[in-house]
Amino acid sequence: MQTTSLKKQKKELADAKRQLEILSNGIFNNNELPTFATKIKAVGQFPLRPKKLEILQINLGYMCNQVCEHCHVDAGPDRKEIMTKETLQQCLEVIKNTPATTLDLTGGAPEMNPHFRWFVEEASKLGIKDFIVRSNLTIIRANKKYYDLPDFFKKYHIHVVSSMPHWTRGKTDQQRGKGVFDKSIKALQELNLVGYGMPGSPLKLDLVYNPSGAFLPGNQDSMEKEFKNALMEDFGIQFHQLFAITNLPIARFLDYLIASDNYEDYMYSLVEAFNASTLENVMCTNTLSVSWDGYLYDCDFNQMLKLKVASKLKHISEYNEEVLQNRNIIVSQHCYGCTAGAGSSCQGTVA
Amino acid sequence: MADKTYYDPKDLRKFGKITEWSEELGTKFFDYYGKVFEEGALSAREKSLIALAVSHVVKCPYCIDAYTKDGLQRGITKEEMMEAVHAGAAIESGATLVHGVQMMNKYDKLSM
Repeated sequence: MQTTSLKKQKKELADAKRQLEILSNGIFNNNELPTFATKIKAVGQFPLRPKKLEILQINLGYMCNQVCEHCHVDAGPDRKEIMTKETLQQCLEVIKNTPATTLDLTGGAPEMNPHFRWFVEEASKLGIKDFIVRSNLTIIRANKKYYDLPDFFKKYHIHVVSSMPHWTRGKTDQQRGKGVFDKSIKALQELNLVGYGMPGSPLKLDLVYNPSGAFLPGNQDSMEKEFKNALMEDFGIQFHQLFAITNLPIARFLDYLIASDNYEDYMYSLVEAFNASTLENVMCTNTLSVSWDGYLYDCDFNQMLKLKVASKLKHISEYNEEVLQNRNIIVSQHCYGCTAGAGSSCQGTVA
Repeated sequence: MADKTYYDPKDLRKFGKITEWSEELGTKFFDYYGKVFEEGALSAREKSLIALAVSHVVKCPYCIDAYTKDGLQRGITKEEMMEAVHAGAAIESGATLVHGVQMMNKYDKLSM
């Protein structure tokens, strides 16, 4: 189990350019497998273009209390990139005027940004319809100052989306670190206690499942049933929906794939599972991703690969939706992760 | 010297290519194969475990790779997978041992 980020370890794959090189060479450069651009050209979908903007996803920083094996952000306690109050203020200006209906806060652990509560309070005054915080659950139990997060979330009607790779201790701790399972269970019970995730409750609690290894997620509905039965039976925990998310081959997950000699097989699985109908709803078509330093990206993955939007406007301070929406989405081979099978997005399957 | 082996894990990726040398039969096979593993009176999950057990009995390394991965994707636990393998192994060893009766019969017949 890793305890520091690739960046801290000064690993080759901490470099976005190196990741993109790997994704463009080898099996994608010797005609074994088609590049993503070639694949979507064949179904008349290149270049991929944005549709109506629905989700503004803001990454509040790469700092996290966990160091998960699969993390595409390469987040961890040693990451110091945190969104400043000034940039948050610029985000608020954009939220005021955007027709986007969902505000999605992610990280790292977004709660670790020192301005997190202030920002939530300000943003909620602007009346966004669906206000998501992607919480890793353990943060709620990490330090006394976070113990009241369930009440805080409730006060602002935050939609909580949390990672939970498996309903068993072994598989969860293997991916997310020792002790994560027990802390996550405790956090879920506390969220249930204030009303989150209960049947019919407007306090939405959804879980994210992503495979703990070099394989694709199974059927989202079947997994949801299994998660619900197991968490209810073993711990009396309830939640609303399960989002099954495919691990994209970037950052730590790419590092793992290469180190375990699974990279080629995994890419084959993704390409074989390519489903053109997912292209209608892949998240880059309805989302804009904002990085901790205010730059704009087609998605959180392109953010980690440092692929800024292909627009003359690249920063939240110069935001103009009309100009931004008139752009081509940047693709590379990692995009196969969002188009495999039933598709994958921060909202789960898309097809 | 190049590695020479009858089995190469990469060959599994090329399975679909058998259709190139006999399109009709290949296509029929893959259609049939796909249909077999759909949800039916048995769930796709149950069929995956049966396939895993049979993979071991017919000692097909490609099938073992494929159905271990399929099981992981379906959230099947390693305990379930190992029990399935034992079910296959028990039938296979039983099939050997039940021939012991034939041996006993023959022994008795030949003996005074």
